[in-house]
Amino acid sequence: MKNQSRQSTAYRLYELFSSMRFAIGLLTILAIASVIGTVLKQNEPYPNYAFEFGQYWFTAFEKLGLYDVYHSAWFLTILAFLVMSTTLCIIRNGPGFLKEMKSFREKASDNSLAAMSHSEAIEAELADPAPLRDYLRRNGWRWREHQREDGSLLFAAKKGSANKLGYFFAHIALVVICIGGLMDGNLPLKLGELAGSVVPETRDIPQSQIPAHSRLSTSNLSFRGNVTIAEGKSADVTFLNAGNGYLVQDLPFIVSLKKFYVDYYSNGMPKLFASDIVVTDKATGKVTEAQVKVNHPLIVDGVAIYQASFGDGGSPLTLKAWNLDSPQMAPVDIKGVSTASQPLKANGKDYTLEFGDLRVFNVENMGTGPQAEKTLQDRMKDAREVKHEKQLRNLGPSITFKLRDRQGQAVEFHHYMAPIQQDGASYLVAGVRNKVSDPFQYLRIPVDDELSINRFMRLRQAFMTPAWYDEIARRTTEKAMKGSAISPAMQRQFGDSVKWILQRFAEGGFVALEQFLDDRVPQDKRQAVAQTYVKILQGAVVDVMAVADEKAGLKPMVQDGQHYRFLLDSLVGISALHDYKAPVFLQLQGFDQVQASGLQLTRSPGKNLVYLGSLMLVFGIILMFYVREVRLWIRLGAGSVRVAMTSNRHNRDLDRDFQRQTDAVKQLARGE
Amino acid sequence: MELAQPLIEQPFYKRLQLGDWAYAVLVLAAAAYSWSLYNHYMDGYEQAILAGSAIGLVALGWFWKSWRWFFPLAGAVALLGINAYHGELARGQTAFWLKYALSSQSAIMWMCTLFFLATGVYWAGLIARSGLLTRMGSGLTWAAAVMGAAGLFVRWYESYLIGADIGHVPVSNLYEVFVLFTLITALMYLYYEAKFAVRQAGAFVLLVISAAVGFILWYSFDRQAHEIQPLIPALQSWWMKIHVPANFIGYGAFAMSAMLGVAELLVIKGKLKDRLPAADVLDEMMYKAIAVGFLFFTIATILGAMWAADAWGGYWSWDPKETWALIVWLNYAAWLHIRLVKGWRGEPLAWWAVIGLLVTTFAFLGVNMFLTGLHSYGGL
Ligand code: HEM
Repeated sequence: MKNQSRQSTAYRLYELFSSMRFAIGLLTILAIASVIGTVLKQNEPYPNYAFEFGQYWFTAFEKLGLYDVYHSAWFLTILAFLVMSTTLCIIRNGPGFLKEMKSFREKASDNSLAAMSHSEAIEAELADPAPLRDYLRRNGWRWREHQREDGSLLFAAKKGSANKLGYFFAHIALVVICIGGLMDGNLPLKLGELAGSVVPETRDIPQSQIPAHSRLSTSNLSFRGNVTIAEGKSADVTFLNAGNGYLVQDLPFIVSLKKFYVDYYSNGMPKLFASDIVVTDKATGKVTEAQVKVNHPLIVDGVAIYQASFGDGGSPLTLKAWNLDSPQMAPVDIKGVSTASQPLKANGKDYTLEFGDLRVFNVENMGTGPQAEKTLQDRMKDAREVKHEKQLRNLGPSITFKLRDRQGQAVEFHHYMAPIQQDGASYLVAGVRNKVSDPFQYLRIPVDDELSINRFMRLRQAFMTPAWYDEIARRTTEKAMKGSAISPAMQRQFGDSVKWILQRFAEGGFVALEQFLDDRVPQDKRQAVAQTYVKILQGAVVDVMAVADEKAGLKPMVQDGQHYRFLLDSLVGISALHDYKAPVFLQLQGFDQVQASGLQLTRSPGKNLVYLGSLMLVFGIILMFYVREVRLWIRLGAGSVRVAMTSNRHNRDLDRDFQRQTDAVKQLARGE
Repeated sequence: MELAQPLIEQPFYKRLQLGDWAYAVLVLAAAAYSWSLYNHYMDGYEQAILAGSAIGLVALGWFWKSWRWFFPLAGAVALLGINAYHGELARGQTAFWLKYALSSQSAIMWMCTLFFLATGVYWAGLIARSGLLTRMGSGLTWAAAVMGAAGLFVRWYESYLIGADIGHVPVSNLYEVFVLFTLITALMYLYYEAKFAVRQAGAFVLLVISAAVGFILWYSFDRQAHEIQPLIPALQSWWMKIHVPANFIGYGAFAMSAMLGVAELLVIKGKLKDRLPAADVLDEMMYKAIAVGFLFFTIATILGAMWAADAWGGYWSWDPKETWALIVWLNYAAWLHIRLVKGWRGEPLAWWAVIGLLVTTFAFLGVNMFLTGLHSYGGL
C-alpha cells in the first residue's frame, strides 16, 4: 500500500514541486520574466504606450500586463510557485537534515567505513583510548563511542553541523522575504479591481469630487503614493497610480508644507532638496514638525514621508504687455500666476494665456571657451586634472507660457526676465515655437542705456508709423546730399526709395525686402541692389530713431559706435518680431516665488519581515559556504586502526584534513 | 612517512606572529591618530565607523597575510601624495611628484599601465612556461593594486580640496567604481593565486582587468569622466559607501570566475593543457570565487534595498538596476545549486560561469547605457 501512495498523482506533484530541477527551472524563468520590465519602461501614462506601439499591440500588451509586469497576475504566480517550491523543499529535506545534524553514525559498518573515499587501515595498536579522547576533545570534535561485539571500539566524531543549519536559515529566509514583499505589494488592490470594488479614476478632477470607489480608507494595509503640495498649502490624501488611472488614499493626518528649499553647488548641480513640513494627526490633533530631505524621510505612525520631487507651486507674476499690432499704445501691466491660465483680450480678439513653470535659476554651462584641436599635451593635462574650469552662468529667472486663440491654436513662448550679455551687448531674450516638439527660436531685443526695451519699442513704433516717413526721408536725403553720396537730381527719387524701403521693412522685415528682390530684380543685379537697400536702411535708421525721440519729447540718442550697434541690432530684432506670432509681447517684470514639493508617502508593514529574512539569508549562506561539515571515524581494533572521513564538500581541504588525522593517529599509536 | 606535528590545532590567536601584532598596532595607531585629528568633525556614526573599519582592517590583515604590507604601503604612497599638495589642488599640475606619480589621476594611469604590463608578462610566462615571468606578473599586479588603492585615497582627499561640501569617498560614479572594480578583482585574484599556488591563471584573469582598464582610459580621455563631481542629494547617504564596494566585490568575483571558467574550458579541450593548472583546480577556484561573489552580492543587494528604503520610498522598486541585480543573483543561485546539490562539475558549469559574466556585465554597464531608471549612476 506504501507503493500505492507513492504512485498517487498528489505525491508525484509534491515530488516535482519540491525537486531541485523544478526550483532551478523557476529561478531561470523568474530571471527571464524580470527582464521584460526592464526593457519596457513601466507605469508610463497609457497614451505614451499607445503612441509607441500602435493600437493593436497596445491592447495586446495591456492584456499581458506588460505595463506593470511586476504586479501582473502571471508574474506573481511565478513568485508564488517559488515560495511554494522552497517551502516544500524545506519540508522535504528538513527532517533528513535534522536527523543528520543529530546523528553521529556510530553504527557504521566496517564495510561502509572501508568504502569511504577517504579511508585507511593503519597497522598499529591503540590499547588505551584516553589520549585519543583527549586529542578529539582538544581539537573540537564532538563524538560518540560505540563498543562493537567484535571487541573493537568505534569513535564516530563530527564537526560543523551548523552547515545544515545554514540550509534552513537561507531557505526559510526566502519564504520570509517573499511573504514580507507580498504584504507590501498591491495584491489586495488588484483583487479589489478584479472584483470591481475598486475603480481607478482616469479623469483629472478636483480631489473632493472623486467617487468613493476610487478612494482607499486609512485602514489600507500598505500603499505607496505621491502628492504635490505648494508652500503654505496642505494635503490629507495621496495618489497611487493604478494602471491607466489613479486612486486616492486617505491619510490619517494632514501634511502642510511650510517651505521648500533647493540648494545648488557652485557648478549648478543640485545639492539639497528639503521640505519643512507640519504633520497634524486627524484623530489626536498631535502635531509633528520636521524637515524631510532626500535620504532622510519622516515616519509618522507607520507612514513614511519622503522628499520625492519639486516644482512651481503657482507663483504670482507681474508682466508688462506691449501691444505689437498697435505700437503707439503704451504698455499695460498685467498680473498672472505661473502654472495657471487666464483670459487675455488683445485688439478685440480673445485668447487664453496659459502660464507654465517659473524657473528662478537657469544655470547654463557656456562650455570651456573655444575648443582648439587638442594636442597630446592638452589631453594628458586634461586626463591629469580632476577639476576642469567651466564657464557657468546664471541666466536668471524665466517663464514659459502658451497663447491659445479661439480656434485652440497655441504658440509657446519662453521669456527671460533679465537682459543677457551676449558678445558685448545686452539683450532681452525671448523664445517662441509652434510645436512642443520643436526647439525654441530665440529673438534678441537690444536693451537701452537704462537696460529697458523702451527705446527699442519706440524705434519700432516709428517704423510702424507711415505718417513720419516724410520727415525721416527728408533727413536721410539731406545727409546723403551732404556726404554727396547722391546728386541733387536724384533727390526726390532717393527720398521715395527711402520711404518705400521703410514701409517694406515695417511690413515684413528683411524677408519682405528679399522677397521683392527675388520677384522683381533680375538675378545678376540682386546682389548690388540688396547692398544699396541695406545701406539706405542702415543710414535711415538713425533718423528713424531721432524722429521717434523727438515725437516722444525725449532728448536725442548719443551718437557713437555702441549706440549705432544698438540700432542695427534693433533692425534685426524688429525684423525677427514678424515671426513672433503674438499680438502682445509679455515682458516678465517681477514675481513672488511659490514652490511646490512632491512628497511620496508609503506604508510598508512587510519591511521588517523582509529585513529579518535578509539577515537570515546572509547568515545562512555564510554557514552553508564556510562551515564544512566533516565526519571522522576511528575504529580501534586488534592490531589495526581504521581512520575514515567524509565531508559534504569533496575538495582538497578534505584530503588535507584526512592526511592530518591519519598522521595524528599514527603518532598517538606510537605514544608520542 | 609522516613528520611529527603538534597534535593539537592551535587556536588562531596563538598562531599569530610578531608581524600580525605589529600590523595591528600600526592600524590601530593610525586610526587613533586620525581620530585625534578629526574627531570634532565626526558624529557618533562616523566615529563608530572609524573604529569598525580599523578592526575590520586588522582582521583582514590577520586573515590574509599579504594585506599586512599591501595596505600600509598603499596608505604610505597616498600620504606622500596628500602631503605634497600642501592643501592646494593646483600643485597637482606643478609639483613634480604629484604631476608624474602621486596625484590621483597619475597614480591611476600608473595602475593602468602596470595592469597592461602584468597581462603581457603573465602571458609570456604562460607561453614560455617560465615561473620567473609569472612571478613577475603577480609582482606587477601587486604594484598596480598599490597604485590604484593609493590613487583612490588621494582622489578622496582631492575631492575635499575642490570644496569642503564637495568632498566624498570615491565610489560615486561609473569612473570611480571602474577603478575600484579592477582593484578588487586584482586583489581577489592575488589572494587565490597564493592560496592555490597557481600563477598561470593570472594570464586569463588579467584579461578581464585589462578590458576594464581599456574602458577607464577611453572614459577619461574621451569623456573626461574622471572629473570629480559633487554628490547629488540621492547619493548623499551612508548606504552608498558600503553598498557600492560590496557590489564590486561581487562583480569582481564573478568576473574572475568567468575567466577561470575560460581557462578550464581550454584545458578540458586540451588547449594549453600542459601549461595551465589541472581542470579540477581551476574548477575549485571558480567555485570559491562564485561563492564569495554570491555572498557579497547578496549583502550588497540587501544594503541597496535598505538604501532605497531611505532614498526612494521603498526597499524594492523594480528599478532596472535592482531588477538586473536580482537576475544576476538568481543566476548564480541556480549555478550553486547545480554544483553543490546536483554535484555537477567541469564543462557545463564553466560555460555557465562564462555566460554569467555576460549577465553581470549587462547589470553593471548595460543597464546604465541602455535602460533608464532611478539609479543616478551616470550613463555613458
Ligand atoms: C531563490 C531561491 C533559492 C536560493 C537563493 C537558494 C540558495 C541556496 C544556496 C546559496 C545554497 C548553498 C549551496 C551550498 O552551499 O550547499 C543552497 C543550497 C541548497 N538549496 Fe537552495 N536556494 C533557493 C531555492 C531552493 C529550492 C526551491 C530548493 C528545493 C529544491 C533548494 C534546495 C537546496 C538544497 C537541497 C541545498 C543544499 C543544502 C546542503 O546540502 O547544504 N534551494 N540554496
